[in-house]
Amino acid sequence: MAKISIENLRHSYLPFPDPAREDQYVLKKLSIDWQDGGAYALLGPSGCGKTTLLNLISGLLIPTEGTMKFDGRDVTRATPEQRNIAQVFQFPVIYDTMTVFDNLAFPLRNRGVSEAEIAPRVKEIAEMLDLSRTLYNRASGLTADGKQKISLGRGLVRSDVAAIMFDEPLTVIDPHLKWQLRSKLKELHQRTKRTMIYVTHDQTEALTFADQVVVMNNGEIVQQGTPVELFERPHHTFVGHFIGSPGMNVLPCEIKGGKTFYAGQMIKAQNEKALKADGKFEIGVRPEFVTLAKTGIAADVVKVSDAGRFRIIETISGGNTIRLLLAEDVSVPSGQVKLAFDPEHTQIYQNGWLAGAAA
Amino acid sequence: MSNKIVNQKAWFLVAPVFLVVAFNALIPLMTVVNFSVQETFGDNVFTWAGVQWFQDVLHSERFHNALLKQLLFSAIVLAIEIPLGLAIALTMPRKGIWVSFCLILMALPLLIPWNVVGSMWNIMALPDIGLLAKMINGLGIDYNYTRQPVAAWFTIVLMDVWHWTSLVVLLCYAGLVSIPDAYYQAAKVDGAKPWAVFRYIQLPKLKHVLTIAVLLRFMDSFMIYTEVSVLTGGGPGNATTFLSIDLVKIALGQFDLGPAAAMSLIYFMIILAMSWLFYTLMMKNEES
Repeated sequence: MAKISIENLRHSYLPFPDPAREDQYVLKKLSIDWQDGGAYALLGPSGCGKTTLLNLISGLLIPTEGTMKFDGRDVTRATPEQRNIAQVFQFPVIYDTMTVFDNLAFPLRNRGVSEAEIAPRVKEIAEMLDLSRTLYNRASGLTADGKQKISLGRGLVRSDVAAIMFDEPLTVIDPHLKWQLRSKLKELHQRTKRTMIYVTHDQTEALTFADQVVVMNNGEIVQQGTPVELFERPHHTFVGHFIGSPGMNVLPCEIKGGKTFYAGQMIKAQNEKALKADGKFEIGVRPEFVTLAKTGIAADVVKVSDAGRFRIIETISGGNTIRLLLAEDVSVPSGQVKLAFDPEHTQIYQNGWLAGAAA
Repeated sequence: MSNKIVNQKAWFLVAPVFLVVAFNALIPLMTVVNFSVQETFGDNVFTWAGVQWFQDVLHSERFHNALLKQLLFSAIVLAIEIPLGLAIALTMPRKGIWVSFCLILMALPLLIPWNVVGSMWNIMALPDIGLLAKMINGLGIDYNYTRQPVAAWFTIVLMDVWHWTSLVVLLCYAGLVSIPDAYYQAAKVDGAKPWAVFRYIQLPKLKHVLTIAVLLRFMDSFMIYTEVSVLTGGGPGNATTFLSIDLVKIALGQFDLGPAAAMSLIYFMIILAMSWLFYTLMMKNEES
């Protein structure tokens, strides 16, 4: 188990990238610290570099620039074996010719652990993952989720791993089993207290699994925080859009004399005192914090969609779309409405970044 | 179920396939069957012979000898080409500029017409002018494939290995590159040594490809004719008279069409039975 520190990490898949050209790098100058025993998620759209970052941490890739330390020990150029990490991949990797038991024992046998120690350890892991019943079956005969459990088990079987990496491990799992495996993972984390890093593009997976979520976009870390922080105080409009369903409303605004105006109306924002200099200013407010009011911003209702326990009302105001959520039992207005934003949850963004937040 | 549309016109669409198969396989095969149970001296005069030719062939020592030689040849060739082909495929690069180079190099022997292969090796191995013969003799080894049965066998096996190992290489290579990267990455993470990667990932994943390689190489080597015919013509003596060579001698040399037809059918049955055996054995452990 280890604390993972990454400093100024850059990575390019080209053999000789030009350091001056940002576009040749899939990861651009990342620095981050991860505490021992934490459950972290790397969340971002496809192609944002999250899998690359994961493979760099596990040692399957060597970074172009920067250093990586496990508990202060420099492991930048160490192999996965030297780093002693475990990794679970997107598609289940099993050794077809082996039984479930042999599959789970494989990482231990490769490290010369005695059979006397292996047997109880493998049985314990199989018990945790509900694999005991099929322990002596051929692994190739199992279903996709059974196979992915084996992959998971091979990650957990070594008691001394520095960290366990998950690369979108639930992609091939049926929806109803996804939920089960996800809770299983959470439970395993609480039981074993290993550092776990979970890559996904699915916000539900990230927010339910992790204590700390790292949102990435375009090779950069946009924000790291708890699920609540990401929801309530997105540091970038990208995070606002990406997390939440529907995403945050982002509206152009004007700043005059330290006050914020949208469509001629003054808007109170939680961070309005932090505004500095000029640039492009935007208001960010989540649909959850937009309400119908007697006075406020004029908007026209254009679409109502039912999302189960609430309805999503889409309105147009001065050419911008503003979404809000309405409880089931509230009658849906039509035509012109007035909207109010909750000042506690309304933020101002300057050039995309939350004003006043340390980026 | 009951209101399913039945359209018999679909038979017209498969008719071309039926015709092709009929003319290139079924009709010739039935002709052979026809010959195998009759006696003929030409002029379309046939007399019924029953199973006479089959009994003759099965009890003939000449047939036993040729069959044994054929089996030995296939066994040697398989024992060399399959491991060698696999070994070469494992050492070939997976990416980079050398991939195409290696693939073309490997494909070259397969592109050469079979009689040309025979001629090439014939010239190479000729005792008086051949490069191969000169080299071997230069090493102090007495080598003359026109006189020594062992030398003749050595030359034929070498020629076949040169000609056909590429096929095994290409098949194995295709199988190897189709193994997802995640398997190698997982093996790395699990701390697997190269031998374990081969034993538990590559070999199991290559199983189907290897089955096909073994089947193809068995069938082809068991039917080898052109190259051997050009290189040794079955000699010296009868040292390299395989089934195929013997068959041609009987059919076209001696013009014994009945026995030759019976032999062809037995030959065909042996190949069929052996292929089935290989396939069944290699697929035995396959579950669902």
